[in-house]
Amino acid sequence: MARTLLLIGTRKGLFVLESDADRRDWSMRGPYCEGWPVYHAVYDADGGAIYAAAASEWHGSAVWRSPDLGETWTHSSEGLAYDADGERKISKVSSLAAKGGRVLVGVEAPGIFESRDDGATWSVLSTLAGQPGSEAWDDPASQPPGHLGISSLTFDRDDPARFWAIVQGIGAYETTDDGASWTPRNRGLRAEWPRPHEEVGFCVHRLVRSPVDGDRWYQQNHCGMHRSDDGGHSWTEITEGLPCDFGFAAATHPHDRDTFYVIPLDPGHARCMPEGHASVWRTRDAGSSWQRLDKGLPHEGAYVGVLRSAMSIDAYDVPGLYFGTSTGQVFASNDEGDSWSEISSYLPAISSVEVVSLA
Amino acid sequence: MADVHLPSTLTPLFPGLPRHVDVEAGTVNGAIDELESRWPGVRDRLCEPGPELRRHIHVYVDRERAGLDTPLAAGSRVEVIAAISGG
Repeated sequence: MARTLLLIGTRKGLFVLESDADRRDWSMRGPYCEGWPVYHAVYDADGGAIYAAAASEWHGSAVWRSPDLGETWTHSSEGLAYDADGERKISKVSSLAAKGGRVLVGVEAPGIFESRDDGATWSVLSTLAGQPGSEAWDDPASQPPGHLGISSLTFDRDDPARFWAIVQGIGAYETTDDGASWTPRNRGLRAEWPRPHEEVGFCVHRLVRSPVDGDRWYQQNHCGMHRSDDGGHSWTEITEGLPCDFGFAAATHPHDRDTFYVIPLDPGHARCMPEGHASVWRTRDAGSSWQRLDKGLPHEGAYVGVLRSAMSIDAYDVPGLYFGTSTGQVFASNDEGDSWSEISSYLPAISSVEVVSLA
Repeated sequence: MADVHLPSTLTPLFPGLPRHVDVEAGTVNGAIDELESRWPGVRDRLCEPGPELRRHIHVYVDRERAGLDTPLAAGSRVEVIAAISGG
């Protein structure tokens, strides 16, 4: 029987919600990772393991691994450190990507580490040293407590040496030589603050790539929603029709390059659903128009936030969409966003949601 | 032989690691070395590169706040505390 798993990273450990292909009834397991704050968790389809990036206030950062879908866990931070005699330290591990026998983890202060032995040992792959913006991102003023450093890593589908990284508050970068060199990919984005460099200084919250067209990307930015039709080389804003330009989470349809989902949030300090009306917004025409999706979601009093890694979409013929809130609710749709149900209500604050489909 | 008391947040991370461990060591750092040799990975959970104790890991030797270089005597009681914070 097909299994559908949601990996829910929270402020107090990792939880797993499980259903079948219908995605109607869900059971919950956890908390895992000894209640450490989990910033991101992924499933490595090649190795059949779950990895969770977690950072304890007391015991530091580590990557946890479960080879049996959450039943047992080990953790390691061997090699997950900058030079002992240098100034740079790791405050947290923020983002994961796993493919082709290796695992990447993005950390704060900004850097990317890799493991080629199932997470047992780690070594630094790149710090993006010398990139525009790097001269300032180690300044403590650029690293407030919630700063994620490398907030996202995205592998290319085919080329293992090609991937994209977001440096929080700086922008997106692409490498085609496994991190040896990088190119900023922020042309056309909008920023509402002074920027010392032409190519960077943009607050990219979330990058998602169409599975059916590798040149089609979408991004939720601090300043607007944007689309790229040339592999991220240039961006066009597609905010018009949405209630506001701010948000964190985004997802792209697995079968239609023009369908994309965002969760706009109040751009003020609260950063929660505008007017307490919980909604996901969908475009089916690449951002020319937007549709509010709120059937089954609370229409009032829902002042909830959704963080950048906290929405995920599966690849069933009729895809399911999932998001978790910073107040611990998980909402699910098994009809590509047309209707929703609350499948978990009382989890700790949710940082990330990743869906896993197993045949 | 020093008597090392470990926090409840640490022991679940390492199978077989008890709350109380007797170690033969001349300093706090030496005691952590001894723990590391028996439960690989413990050092990373208590110390940052340098090494230095993690910010919220406090160590007391015979009830006095200690650092990695603090000497241990035979029968010293070493308490490793995960400082209370948050909720």
